[in-house]
Amino acid sequence: MAHAAGVDVGSTQTKAVVLDEARRIVGRALTDTGANVMQAAERAFAEALQDADLREDQVEYVVGTGYGRYKVTFGNTQVTEISCHARGAVHMFPATRTVLDMGGQDTKAIRVSPTGEIVDFCMNDKCAAGTGRFLGAAAVALDLPLAELGPTALRGDRPVKISTTCTVFAESEVLSWVGKGRKIEDILLGVHESIATRSLGLLRRVGIEPEVTFTGGVTKNQAMVDVLAQRLGVSLNVGADSHFMGALGAALFALDRIVAGRAPAAAGGAA
Amino acid sequence: MTYTAGIDIGSTYVKAVIVGADGAPLGRALEPTGFKLAPAAERALSAARAQAGIAPGDVRYVVTTGFGRHQIGIGDVAVTDLTAAARGAAHLFPGTRTILDVGGHTMKASRLGPDARVQSFRLNDKCAAGTGAFLEKTARYMGYSITEIGPLVATSKQAVPISGVCAVFAESEVINWLSEGAAPADIMHGAVVSLVDRCMQLLKRVRMEPEFTLVGGILRFERMVDVVRAALGGSVNVPPGDLVQFTAAYGAALLGQRRLARLAADRDAAPVA
Repeated sequence: MAHAAGVDVGSTQTKAVVLDEARRIVGRALTDTGANVMQAAERAFAEALQDADLREDQVEYVVGTGYGRYKVTFGNTQVTEISCHARGAVHMFPATRTVLDMGGQDTKAIRVSPTGEIVDFCMNDKCAAGTGRFLGAAAVALDLPLAELGPTALRGDRPVKISTTCTVFAESEVLSWVGKGRKIEDILLGVHESIATRSLGLLRRVGIEPEVTFTGGVTKNQAMVDVLAQRLGVSLNVGADSHFMGALGAALFALDRIVAGRAPAAAGGAA
Repeated sequence: MTYTAGIDIGSTYVKAVIVGADGAPLGRALEPTGFKLAPAAERALSAARAQAGIAPGDVRYVVTTGFGRHQIGIGDVAVTDLTAAARGAAHLFPGTRTILDVGGHTMKASRLGPDARVQSFRLNDKCAAGTGAFLEKTARYMGYSITEIGPLVATSKQAVPISGVCAVFAESEVINWLSEGAAPADIMHGAVVSLVDRCMQLLKRVRMEPEFTLVGGILRFERMVDVVRAALGGSVNVPPGDLVQFTAAYGAALLGQRRLARLAADRDAAPVA
């Protein structure tokens, strides 16, 4: 049985997914990208193989994606993360028309056609506001682990209004709210609201059409999911593997290549 | 002698200056701003007073400025930081027509009329990439503290290109440069060049004209002054020593002297009963 893999090298974390021919996820892995991007890609792939109980030679095709996709030196080709997130989202939630991908350093809004093609996309390429890093800054300021931000914010009921746009200044604004005696819960709820506002701006630029699928590392944060759903007025598709959506999409493209390679005289290029 | 004080409550430091009737700066002090502005302002003021060697009661008028000027509960009058910096710069360099003020969390460009009044200004306080925070972040990514920025960047011979589009994204750039073996001093120099690019954009928007006077804490760094001078292609005025960081506070204190003089003139002009 043939297997395909996708490796998504993000700014913060590197994800790898291994699929079998029936497009089932048989292995997955997640590792911090760190300074050595090439090693992170290798590590994620090796761990995903281990998770799938496969040897490297049992995986026929590997697609790299994410900002570090050209560092996936063992990959057969590269596909942009925009295409991969859209592909993964439509595979997991077939009625997807809009994708919001929120990662460590960037947030992207993607609109897809009923057949899963990309109609439009928009991303924050010049500014870290409205990305996972904004949460990271709050975590540093409050000295809380990232994983506790969501659960803490969920206990808030009177969100503070975060006025700064810049992630760097947000750190001091968070501390100034602490200085004013506001509850950590309400400050964090305010931080989530602020990120949601930025995301909504991106989504409106591509046009919001249900269903909306949420992808990327921040999908693990329930407060972010809730605040976004409330602001959008529709529920968001989020699954246990939403964090791996880019890698899943990459693996699906890899599987396409395997299948295309088998058909006679069908070598080369679908992407 | 009638003394006045100017207190500039900036995003990073509170600066206080004591001025005599002749406009000479007699004492100055700074304190980290923190989150309790009033105590920081009190501390800076009393340290400046102590340096000037005068008693609390001898300070006749206090002018506050800076972002926190309305939050400290002291002072006779509050003026904007643009007005205060304009007064300080024009006093030190009467030919000043354009001021560039780079602080911890803000960058300001202003153009003055012949009377040292602000005619046009532009601010950046929304994005850290256009402020001193950009240099601070760059230094921190490399394990250096703020106080080490000046000495570090002074040793650079060649800046490496830093895009300066976002202070957060700069982290990856810095890490990439370090892994390619670039010297921290050259990376820091690159951050300065990128910050100065931002300065030039702001200066163009106020339709700058000479003479240029540079003020604010970030202009303490000689390298920053050098790069601005090169970008402007001409000479620049820089207040001597650490006065560069105190220009707005100094201007506020000078405005206090003007105010006192006017009050005295009004009193003298009033009919004596």
